[in-house]
Amino acid sequence: MRHVISLLIENEAGALSRVSGLFSARGYNIESLTVAPTEDASMSRMTIVTTGSDEIIEQITKQLNKLVEVVKVVDISEAAHIERELMLIKLRATGKDREEIKRTADIFRARIIDVTDTSYVIELTGNQSKLDAFIGAIDTGLILETVRSGVCGIGRGDRVLKL
Amino acid sequence: MVLTGAEIVIRCLQEEKVEYVFGYPGGAVLYIYDALFQQEQVRHILVRHEQAAVHAADGFARSTQKVGVALVTSGPGATNAVTGIATAFCDSIPMVIISGQVPTAAIGQDAFQEVDTVGITRPCVKHNFLVRDVRDIATTIKKAFYLAQTGRPGPVLVDIPKDITFAKCEFEYPQDISMRSYNPVVKGHQGQIKKAVQLLLEAKRPMIYTGGGVILADAADRLTKLTRLLGYPITNTLMGLGAYPASDRQYLGMPGMHGTYEANMSMHYSDVLLAVGARFDDRVIGDPANFAEEPRKIIHVDIDPSSISKRVKVDVPIVGDVKDVLDEMIRQLEAGEARPNPDALAAWWKQIEDWRSRKCMEYRNSDTIIKPQFVIQKLWEVTGGDAIVTSDVGQHQMWAAQYYRFDKPRRWLNSGGLGTMGVGMPYAMGAQLAHPGKQVACVTGEASIQMNIQELSTCKQFRLPIKICNLNNRYLGMVRQWQQLFHGQRYSESYMDSLPDFAKLAESYGHVGIRVDKPADVEGALREAFTTHKNDLVFLDFQVDQTENVYPMVQGGKGLTEMILSAEDL
Ligand SMILES: Cc1cc2nc3c(=O)[nH]c(=O)nc-3n(C[C@H](O)[C@H](O)[C@H](O)COP(=O)(O)OP(=O)(O)OC[C@H]3O[C@@H](n4cnc5c(N)ncnc54)[C@H](O)[C@@H]3O)c2cc1C
Ligand SMILES: Cc1ncc(C[n+]2csc(CCOP(=O)(O)OP(=O)(O)O)c2C)c(N)n1
Ligand SMILES: [Mg+2]
Repeated sequence: MRHVISLLIENEAGALSRVSGLFSARGYNIESLTVAPTEDASMSRMTIVTTGSDEIIEQITKQLNKLVEVVKVVDISEAAHIERELMLIKLRATGKDREEIKRTADIFRARIIDVTDTSYVIELTGNQSKLDAFIGAIDTGLILETVRSGVCGIGRGDRVLKL
Repeated sequence: MVLTGAEIVIRCLQEEKVEYVFGYPGGAVLYIYDALFQQEQVRHILVRHEQAAVHAADGFARSTQKVGVALVTSGPGATNAVTGIATAFCDSIPMVIISGQVPTAAIGQDAFQEVDTVGITRPCVKHNFLVRDVRDIATTIKKAFYLAQTGRPGPVLVDIPKDITFAKCEFEYPQDISMRSYNPVVKGHQGQIKKAVQLLLEAKRPMIYTGGGVILADAADRLTKLTRLLGYPITNTLMGLGAYPASDRQYLGMPGMHGTYEANMSMHYSDVLLAVGARFDDRVIGDPANFAEEPRKIIHVDIDPSSISKRVKVDVPIVGDVKDVLDEMIRQLEAGEARPNPDALAAWWKQIEDWRSRKCMEYRNSDTIIKPQFVIQKLWEVTGGDAIVTSDVGQHQMWAAQYYRFDKPRRWLNSGGLGTMGVGMPYAMGAQLAHPGKQVACVTGEASIQMNIQELSTCKQFRLPIKICNLNNRYLGMVRQWQQLFHGQRYSESYMDSLPDFAKLAESYGHVGIRVDKPADVEGALREAFTTHKNDLVFLDFQVDQTENVYPMVQGGKGLTEMILSAEDL
């Protein structure tokens, strides 16, 4: 099962490697990991997308909690939550393709943020499947490069992950 | 007061009431050694290899419940220490390791004797720090001591670049430390404890399984009280020996791979199992699926939530300190009217006595060749069962665990989790320094002892009168046993040729060496060592039966009911 784990961690040198080291040492999967400081710069927030049986996810949460620099851990996928990912995608855009790409981008509410005679860079946010769908809708031959941020997640409504 | 970083390091150790630092100098720690030289409160034990420094500090900690402290230089000093750190980590031993590092400006430059110590040790410490500012030394060391001994204990490493040790700042040692990201639970959940007590009282086939956590929590007295109050059978893991008196009738011996028949059967067929500070290790429960076949309710008390339901699913988890939780259990039991069901308990004990009557620990003694088990029994007799016994890793370790009946905690020091050959002598050094008047015996094998044999020199320098009992079988015995049983008797590289004359070797270091060849001489040699040579280090080299195996045995990955009781079962 896919899970989205959010955690607050002290913004110290090496904190990220403690988390990633834990996953590799114990053989847990990481599908994506994002991290950046929060409004309180002494703390970072991470979102980790992982897969595993209930027992494994339970161990992952416990092991993360055990790291001395980890302040709080929540499996946000246990309840209603929102996920977003950012993608920048560079496409070959010449001739007829330019219009076609623009139309597809509009449908997905994506934005063209860089234009040259032969290429577009498109910015798109959404959940993973929306980004996947966009890639699916584009002729693979046109894709020059893609870069995705990995998933950021947040609980809906009253659910707050705070110190 | 304005001090250098190095002086601050030593002042912090003084503030923490550190008596001994085990270490080895080098370029990156020269200022720290200079500060050490100019005071007397903290004493330094100069070992002959950094691995032994960490093991000795670890042995000191195991025998006292205090934090063990080691000091090593950068690069090779730190890498030599890694095995010691990992060994302490696997058994949750509270330690602080201070390592020198190249100057801040040289970090990342492939400088002389530079390694990424924090990176290398990260997976085998509870936590580690790289100090980047002299003003951070005091709080960092305070945090290190706090982390090492609270919650689930463990080694904490503090890496200090050389320039930081000669930079200066105002010294003030923090009185308290609080970390928003670290708040170990101490008190167990009342409701869960109530549920557990209820289950225990309703049990028909109860069993108590306890481990290193009881020793670490200094809760042997509570455990004994609770166990006697209930009248239930109890087993202690290899790490938990001495938490309950081994000579008591309710004690069934050790569980697991080389545990007793009665302990393993009682674990397997229990209907309520109370696990306390024990982590269902694979040497105990080799096959969780087999173990799950018998229905039973499991109560698990542990300070580390990640130890609970890791390998074996638990019904009543209780996160908390063993001491607090057992106190609360005893309180609830004594306050309530309910008592265990006497009829069910009598029937269960009858079954257990039946298992016990198989006498799985019996071995055939000999008049002509020394049996290793016999040496341990005699060691127990001669030391009145109250020595601190350290061991290395192998068959001798199992025999020491099986035949030296530990009645008190912190008498048995060994590497359980990592199984590190070479810990025996350094552990004995640490324990002897902590307990100058006590009998300290190191049970070892001719292979293990050679992994840190150089420490005979340290023992001479610091006059440590430890008694080394070498069960010399001229084999990597534990390896040979597995090869005999599971690899078609192909003894690949498990025979050791060209052994030294250990008695003479010990003598050349200035110690007493005694070689023992005949069973009739075993007791006399031990008495000589512990009386005539009370104040000397004595190396007893027992020439033991080369082909003796450790029984009973549960093969790795097998169920507790699939035991090999003796060679006849093969
Ligand atoms: C050759 C060899 C053979 C072995 N054979 C056996 C064998 O037959 N039988 C056997 O039992 N072992 C055997 N071992 C040892 C085995 O590998 C493990 O080290 C051992 O079983 C683990 O012991 P434990 O479960 O008591 O846990 P420990 O490793 O001692 O862990 C202690 C537990 O207690 C918890 N804890 C710590 N402090 C507290 C506190 N204050 N309050 C609450 N909880 C706390 C910790 O979180 C941890 O979960 C063998 C080892 C070797 C090298
Ligand atoms: C550092 C290290 N290397 C290898 C091993 C694997 N090992 C476990 S027991 C053993 C043999 C130990 O021989 P000895 O010390 O003579 O003890 P015996 O089993 O003969 O009593 C070996 C090689 C280990 N535990 N530790
Ligand atoms: Mg041997």
